[in-house]
Amino acid sequence: MSQPWYRRLSDGLSKSRDRLEGQLNVLLRRGPDLDAAFWSDLEDALIGADMGVVAVTEIVERLRDSAARKALPDAQSVLAHLAEELASEFPPDVIDFLTENVTVLVVGVNGAGKTTTVGKLAKQTVDEGRSVLLGSADTYRAAAVEQLDVWAERAKVPVVKRERGADPASVAFDAMKLAAETGAELTLVDTAGRLHTSKDLMLELQKIARVAERESAVPAKILLVMDATTGQNGLAQAREFDAALSVDGIVLTKLDGTAKGGIAVAIARELGIPILRIGVGESIDDLRPFVAEEFARALLSEV
Amino acid sequence: MFQNLSDRLQAVFKNLTGKGALSEADVDAAMREIRMALLEADVNFRVVKEFVAQVRERAIGQDLSKSLTPGQMVVRIVLEEMVSLLGGTEARLVLSNRIPNVVMLVGLQGSGKTTATAKLASYLRKQGKRPLMVACDVYRPAAIDQLEALGRELDIPVYRGEGSDPVAIAKAGVKYAIAEMRDVVIVDTAGRLHVDEEMMDEAARIKAAVKPDQILMVVDAMTGQDAVNAASAFAERVQFDAVIVSKLDGDARGGAALSVKSVTGKPIMFASMGEKLDALAAFHPDRMAKRILGMGDVVSLIERAQEAADETLAADTEERLRKGEFTLDDFRTQLKQIKKMGGLGSLVQMMPGMKGTAPDVDESQLDRVDAIISSMTIAERAKPQIISGPRRARIASGAGVTVFDVNQLLKQFAQARKLMKQMQKPGSKKRGRFQLPPGMQNPF
Repeated sequence: MSQPWYRRLSDGLSKSRDRLEGQLNVLLRRGPDLDAAFWSDLEDALIGADMGVVAVTEIVERLRDSAARKALPDAQSVLAHLAEELASEFPPDVIDFLTENVTVLVVGVNGAGKTTTVGKLAKQTVDEGRSVLLGSADTYRAAAVEQLDVWAERAKVPVVKRERGADPASVAFDAMKLAAETGAELTLVDTAGRLHTSKDLMLELQKIARVAERESAVPAKILLVMDATTGQNGLAQAREFDAALSVDGIVLTKLDGTAKGGIAVAIARELGIPILRIGVGESIDDLRPFVAEEFARALLSEV
Repeated sequence: MFQNLSDRLQAVFKNLTGKGALSEADVDAAMREIRMALLEADVNFRVVKEFVAQVRERAIGQDLSKSLTPGQMVVRIVLEEMVSLLGGTEARLVLSNRIPNVVMLVGLQGSGKTTATAKLASYLRKQGKRPLMVACDVYRPAAIDQLEALGRELDIPVYRGEGSDPVAIAKAGVKYAIAEMRDVVIVDTAGRLHVDEEMMDEAARIKAAVKPDQILMVVDAMTGQDAVNAASAFAERVQFDAVIVSKLDGDARGGAALSVKSVTGKPIMFASMGEKLDALAAFHPDRMAKRILGMGDVVSLIERAQEAADETLAADTEERLRKGEFTLDDFRTQLKQIKKMGGLGSLVQMMPGMKGTAPDVDESQLDRVDAIISSMTIAERAKPQIISGPRRARIASGAGVTVFDVNQLLKQFAQARKLMKQMQKPGSKKRGRFQLPPGMQNPF
């Protein structure tokens, strides 16, 4: 990975990752001893990173095992080993379909950052010299269409839309038609935020996905956008969206705060959905490809 | 996946039969369960530690009463401690005599500030106020358009100002409110990261410019461990007064609420659920405590039922029920009430032990029944027995269903009526008593 991204990720994760860093540093500073307090503090630090108490208990137990088996000498080497372990939780050899000719339905709960992600992806893709078409299938939230319009203008790409309250599946239909006519290389369809517990809205989403899949001339993919500050509910979100739509990839947004995004580890462990992008800042370039090793090391402040 | 904390504690104590007092070993086993439950609910791990220590201290040596099992006893202590930590009594929005009052909303991106602004405006209007909303989010594209659209929907004015300086817009908004004789100004601000110095400084400057009577922080119920960091930073920089917890209509257990209250000491004032603009409710610490512990929000469930039910109508139905005159019209009224309560799905979500289970309820089924009954004549609804074959065919085509569907509904209705008659028979003790499912026995 190029240097700026590397720095940006650690910047983003560290601007404030002081807490975890603080905790881990305390772990290191206390000395190299792998005593009971070390393990319990490590457990706290990982739980504090939103990795979930069940996953953490399991991971730390395994880590203790291998520390004994491999005779890891001190805290430093245990943490290095842990970074490797965490990275290996993410699926290997991921194909980044966002660089291919595809239709992408962008889904997620309210406030996750879907529209912003669509806008940034559009701009990046256009800057790479590929053609992009946007579909604004969030016909529910007030001014969602206008929000996407602004991004479309910034990226200078066409956007398919309808009036507020229109059937979102019909927007997907129109977008697929226009995409086929114009030969757009990447079509991004923004959808309304919805809680995964809303049966009706999930059914509506399935309908949009069916239309997109049926009418798209290129493969159709599902991209789930998730806020990195999300706690254990993130697992329920991923589970339900995946059950309803079969999610192909995740974008983890808002990693520039103090949240560590540890829920991504829990999701990878259970569902194996790859993370394709992470958001580490406000600017367009701050939407970055995901590299498991970097993420794991940043999570543990080992970069 | 998640088991109700009550069940877990019952399991922990199931071997404990002796009377006397709770021993340290008993309590420690229970504390492990409580710790797990709280961490799974996203309560910050430091807060969990403190909380568990507190509960432990109170639990050890507690005399076991005859009426409570050890598990119930611990649950009671946990609940009491949590309710008191969450604020004990309900916090209320206190406005001053100043005209106009100013309320300012702050929070992270995507926490739901703009929606909360509109909901709060609608809430205040119901209290007899004349609110004005001021759109200060000049950063997110179309955020101002969003607030304006919500304002149109509610028929509450929105001040959008000119230029791109949120401080100036906020100030001008208050002036505008005075000119327009509005008595409460609600200032919607841009979402900002608590580590963004520049943006936090801006929030502080908006505060200094309009001197809000109340600053409310909007916190997403789905937030994880980081809620404490964000809340502490906002508390330090803008000294907010209270919290609105948003997105409580989902299945997040909302431990963030407890973390924020515990770390900042600021009360939680409102629970915001759903995108409907009237979905802002007073925050009830006791219900939130049960929710965090995975014990179901039974009270909200009952309250919603009460809100939805038209009382005279209910009494009417009951009367006819007693006489065995329950008609298809009554049947339909009851279905409509279920819909009014937010549909079966939303009800199921509030039931203890059902959290996180995707309710497998086909809401369209209710619509179909409604359509079938609507296609009947008044006489047919009152006396279903007159519905002959040709009538069934007519009803089916009118409702856009098959005769089979009509038959099925009539059969179900006949069965239900028979059952009701049986229950009403004198001497019968089966008075449709509502049985609590296992795991939600009242711990008190």
